[in-house]
Amino acid sequence: MPAASERTVFVTVGTTKFEALVERVDSLELLRALKGKGYTKLVIQKGNGAYCPSVIVPKGQTKGTTEGVDVEYFDYSPSLATYITSAALVISHAGSGSIFETLTAGVPLIVVPNPLLMDNHQVELGEQLAAMGHLVSAAPEQLLAAVQSFDASRLKPYVKGSAAGMAAAIDKQLGFTP
Amino acid sequence: MLALPPVLLNVLGFLLGFAGVMVLRVLTVMFGKRPASKRSKPAKTMIVLGSGGHTAEMLMLMDSMGRERYSPRTYVVAATDAMSGGKAVARERTWQKTESPTGFSLVQIPRSREVGQSYLTSVGTTLYSLAFAFRVVLRERPELVLVNGPGTCIPICAAAFTYRVLGLAQTQVVYVESIARTRRFSLSAKLLYHLRMADLLFVQWEQLAKTYPRAVYAGRLY
Repeated sequence: MPAASERTVFVTVGTTKFEALVERVDSLELLRALKGKGYTKLVIQKGNGAYCPSVIVPKGQTKGTTEGVDVEYFDYSPSLATYITSAALVISHAGSGSIFETLTAGVPLIVVPNPLLMDNHQVELGEQLAAMGHLVSAAPEQLLAAVQSFDASRLKPYVKGSAAGMAAAIDKQLGFTP
Repeated sequence: MLALPPVLLNVLGFLLGFAGVMVLRVLTVMFGKRPASKRSKPAKTMIVLGSGGHTAEMLMLMDSMGRERYSPRTYVVAATDAMSGGKAVARERTWQKTESPTGFSLVQIPRSREVGQSYLTSVGTTLYSLAFAFRVVLRERPELVLVNGPGTCIPICAAAFTYRVLGLAQTQVVYVESIARTRRFSLSAKLLYHLRMADLLFVQWEQLAKTYPRAVYAGRLY
């Protein structure tokens, strides 16, 4: 359990890699912006990209304290859900799993769609939910500005959907219900 | 008029008649989509797990379905997808509350094209994957095929459609468009929609159902 005074930012890139996001997060300016917003800890799940943070942690190490913020990173963990639910802010790639896991946990979210993905429907989902006011969507180069102007209180809570409607329609289609 | 020998005229007449019947069958299956008549017995179900987010959404839907009605279940996974099979088994364990769940099977299907594969060799692998799908669907003859993309699901749907045209199976195809598609259809959805191969095509955003009137919005999985 995190200490009560701890306010963690969790950065996640999912099961692949997203080096542009990790590189943007590995910045003193961003770290200061996060600290200015009252966050005390930064945890980065960096995936299998080759880029390792070296600005906000001592080179060659996976954790450290910089500008008064505790920072650590790792490649992957089977329990990303635990990191998400205990975070005060999640900065995530725009995969639907991470997005909805964060939204339904009620944790404020900034998504960064990966511009390198082909047929990029991740952007579509991020923009849709941003337009509905549930999260903030930013390109990698806009991340710093997005953090600086971030106000979690302006986000609208996401009401979890339900598969019941689809299940009922399938029951009807197959003849189980009239 | 050409004077053709009577035998040839007969053969020609037969071929024309056969072609006409087949066209009628195709159109009947395409345009005659309606719910099945009253059913009490469970429906044999084939679920295509498309890997990653696709698999997650499909299993979420199965969470909410009356699984005693959709049984036995065959999960179809791409041969290159090391994760989805295990996820399906794990979920069956949870649903059935036992370490050794029963009443379902896993089938691996070859991918039609790997990332980076050349287009020339991918013609061969696509045909192979198509043949494999036709064999699996004929063997199982599911009453319901549940798919949500990506492209791996198309050969299975094509097989189900063909067997229905030929009267070999009465498979209903239900497609669920991914929640990530908010404004535009995926290629799989476009194909199934325009070729009328899906009996029921769900979208998870209302505005998409306005663009495609035959698509159904019945809520979001997440």
